Amino acid sequence: MVKHKVGLEIHVQLDTESKLFCRCPTTLRNDDPHFTIKRRLRPSMSELGQVDPAALWEFRKRRVYVYEGYNDSTCLVELDEEPPHDMNEEALSTALAVSMRFNAKPFDEVIVMRKVVIDGSNTSGFQRTALVARNGLVTFMDLKVPIWTIALEEDAARRMGENGREVIYRLDRLGIPLIEISTGPMEYPPNAIMDIAFYLGQTVRNTGKAKRGLGSIRQDLNISIEGGAKVEVKGVPELSLIPKVIQYEVERQVNLLKIRDELNRRGLKPYSPDLVDVTSELASTKSNLIRSVVEQGGKVMAIKLPGLSGILGFELQPKRRFGSELADRVRSWTELGGLLHSDELPNYGITSEEVERIKSRLGVDSFILLSGIEESELVEAATVVVDRINEAFKGVPEETRAANDDGTTKFLRPRPGSARMYPETDLRPVRITKALLERAASLMPEPIDEQLRRYVGMGMSRELAMQVVRSPYSRDVDRLISIYGGKASPTLIASLFVNTLKYIGREEGWSVDPIVGIEEAIKLYADGKITREAIGEALEEYAKRRGSTRVEDIVRERGLFKLSPEDVERIVRDTASKLGTSSEAVIMQEVMKRYRGRIDARDVSAALKRFNSSS
Amino acid sequence: MLALAFFVSYSDKVNAKLREFGAVMFSKARIRMRDGEVIEGIILPRPDVGDPDVVIIKHENGYNVGVHVDGIGEIEVLQVYSPPTRAGPRPSSGNGPRAALIATGGTIMSKVDYATGAVYPSFSLDELYEMYPELRSIASVELINLFSIFSEDMNPSRWTEMGDAINKAMQGGAEGIVVLHGTDTMHYSAAAMSFAFRSAAAPIVFTGSQRSSDRPSSDSFENIYASVLASVKAPFAESVVSMHASSSDGLIAIHRGVRARKMHSSRRDAFVSINAKPIAFVDVTKGELKMAATSFKQRGETVYEGGFDDRVALIKYYPGMDGEVIDYLVDRGYHGIVIEGTGFGHVSESVRDALGRAVEAGLPVVVSTQTIYGRVNLNVYRRGVELEKLGVIPSGDMSSETAYAKLSWILARTRDLEEVRRLVATPMAFELSERTEPINYCLGVS
Repeated sequence: MVKHKVGLEIHVQLDTESKLFCRCPTTLRNDDPHFTIKRRLRPSMSELGQVDPAALWEFRKRRVYVYEGYNDSTCLVELDEEPPHDMNEEALSTALAVSMRFNAKPFDEVIVMRKVVIDGSNTSGFQRTALVARNGLVTFMDLKVPIWTIALEEDAARRMGENGREVIYRLDRLGIPLIEISTGPMEYPPNAIMDIAFYLGQTVRNTGKAKRGLGSIRQDLNISIEGGAKVEVKGVPELSLIPKVIQYEVERQVNLLKIRDELNRRGLKPYSPDLVDVTSELASTKSNLIRSVVEQGGKVMAIKLPGLSGILGFELQPKRRFGSELADRVRSWTELGGLLHSDELPNYGITSEEVERIKSRLGVDSFILLSGIEESELVEAATVVVDRINEAFKGVPEETRAANDDGTTKFLRPRPGSARMYPETDLRPVRITKALLERAASLMPEPIDEQLRRYVGMGMSRELAMQVVRSPYSRDVDRLISIYGGKASPTLIASLFVNTLKYIGREEGWSVDPIVGIEEAIKLYADGKITREAIGEALEEYAKRRGSTRVEDIVRERGLFKLSPEDVERIVRDTASKLGTSSEAVIMQEVMKRYRGRIDARDVSAALKRFNSSS
Repeated sequence: MLALAFFVSYSDKVNAKLREFGAVMFSKARIRMRDGEVIEGIILPRPDVGDPDVVIIKHENGYNVGVHVDGIGEIEVLQVYSPPTRAGPRPSSGNGPRAALIATGGTIMSKVDYATGAVYPSFSLDELYEMYPELRSIASVELINLFSIFSEDMNPSRWTEMGDAINKAMQGGAEGIVVLHGTDTMHYSAAAMSFAFRSAAAPIVFTGSQRSSDRPSSDSFENIYASVLASVKAPFAESVVSMHASSSDGLIAIHRGVRARKMHSSRRDAFVSINAKPIAFVDVTKGELKMAATSFKQRGETVYEGGFDDRVALIKYYPGMDGEVIDYLVDRGYHGIVIEGTGFGHVSESVRDALGRAVEAGLPVVVSTQTIYGRVNLNVYRRGVELEKLGVIPSGDMSSETAYAKLSWILARTRDLEEVRRLVATPMAFELSERTEPINYCLGVS
């Protein structure tokens, strides 16, 4: 693999009581929204008078944004109908705590900025974000991880879907605090980058102030190779996909450089959009796509691209060709569904005769077909395609891409510059005081490598310890160990969480948190009221009843209370006389079999010893 | 503003530090902290708030950050920043009917201000016009920079200047007038112009924005577009307020200035018509003006009667108010008083007596209602009858703000108490109505 550099941006949602700049709850909702409003957005000038290219790009798409809200959990701040309220201190102190953990230096004053994002995901047209600390460094598994910046920002609205030119967003997520950790570029292997991402995200979770579950940690990757360009891949959905995304993006950049060299080798020069109407050449086509457009009065236009044979179909990533990059741009920029290029034809119902007819009409061998109802849209799409082809002469364009589920990526928008930042004038700077730093110090999360060592030191296997770290329950495990650790082993407590919780998960219909049941069972065990074996049985029943019955009541119902030493002694005597033996092994086996789950083997041994010494 | 070398809001300590290394505002600098750390960025002026010892730096990634001057070791100036010159040609004035845009200030012309760290009206109209290129397709726009003030600094003498400027533009052949105004007192100004222009050649459309135009979500874009469109297309030639009809974009409501009132401190649909319906709407998506009122003043010859009296007081009655407040106004030589009474227009005994003394001293006293909606009626309760007997003038269904503007305009023409009484009660610009339709009561929620 070619040498690469990867920077990570980890975003962790905080589970604070209220949002970053208003006092609405930070809960996501799935019931029907109470109201919707519609808005349009325009780019604004930054304080230095430039307009950001990414912002202009979205603007040109002329979208209408529909926002869904709830009367009881959305306020005028999310609707951009009221200025933001003061920054949530709980979130700020958590961000400072994380900064300290990663040895980053807090700024003396935190200044909230507006980062222009006009894809509609923020009603204001910008995301509020503030740098909290800089220049940290952590070491994880002998890997040095440079922490460039730690920022506190508001999460964007949730995209719910699209309807023509309308994009629908839900406002529940807008404004939830996010901690963003940006690392410097690292040259580690893709797997190590994945581990580092895990380490950073999980350590933030260890503050106990982070949200859990799907989408609560999101990672972006900045990937570049020598001679390539910095490409930002947004929203890598799972940690395990990180190595693939890196590998594929490196491949893509390598292949784009090959295309650049090939274009130069062929002596080609940048193109201008040369459009020819080829609707009549395809008048009787069997291609459904083309036919339906033509039947609606649309047109098929060909862009003449002499000399590009073999390049349009050149594979950049698995199943993603140079033509796919062009189609991505068309889809992002216009309402068209995509394009067809000469390297993939004949295909899609277009015959070789039709291809020949188009070639002879155009007088070139390589071309792109665009079909659509509005001619102006086709002209716009042609400009977009040619612009992208011309970028190929320079190599790799700087852009923001979105991760696909298979680890390949698609174009999202041009890479935003720093021009999209200007101060949030509705908020005053926040001075980072000693008191704030002291509060933060008390919230400093335990790094996961230390956490692992701690668990192993308590007697857990490395595997179990890792499972606890990865689970969302490490804080519950820690809490119960601190209460019951003397009487119930840390291994027992941990395994109840990582194993038992799997089958008594939080399904629909639970009226209580399953952790309540686990804690009750551990308490009964620690008090000597039930055996270790009975815990599993009782919790299984507890799960069946969805937590509606207390564990102790289940134990009573099923007669699972542990037998007292006196009872055990009596049972041992009775069994010995019934079997007519004094063999400890035989008696033990019989007793354990008959009183399974209610009797402790240690009690039986003790009783046997007393029995044999007395008889 | 960018040329300021040292910034007033920094402490002497910071300014000394900057001077020591030859750094000025907007210098791109490499800052070596005492602990060896290096921060690179542009040194920014600081807002008037916060700790003056903290230096604000625009980091290379675009963020502004603050570092305390005590932590700074050395500053190496890399480059002195010069603001970019505007690229591209100045936009042409556009096509179509002539519209005059008169700028007075407010959020609609706002941009970031380093002196206060807040949004401040300092945008020039030229810059603003660059932001609204689509205006070119609906009108040929003339730009007039009249004031650059906060809406709260507007006053009757400035109404006089405003009227003169509008009149001049109309005489010059403008087919539509748009006044860009801060929203807080926009309805006062719009009401004032309704009286000053007895008839007009063009509509006078007031507009502004609730969310500053330095943000992508600003309501200013659609408000300005709709206002220019209405100013050149509308059949009516009245003074109106044109703002968002709801929290959504897409529909702009046009309210008569005499009926408009700002009903919310921040929402974009803050303006509503009181005791009346809007006169028209603009569908921004379709670029269409839709009339809602059937009777209105048509475009005609401009009859301008400018001038406002700035010695009129508008005060609100409150439980426990003392008559001395009124006496003070009489003693200070005020020319007239509008008092917002409770319900039908009532005040306490003490204030009643003071109002009697004011009328006696020759001041017209207009009573309006603080319920906002509904009309004044001095016949129903005894206190009302007493007030009427003292000679106060009920405002009918006029809002307090409109009554204030009207009294100010009347007093600039006559001080004769009987004539004032007659004029206050005479409908001049749809500010008074004998009928209140049931539908004309709305809290502006949509």
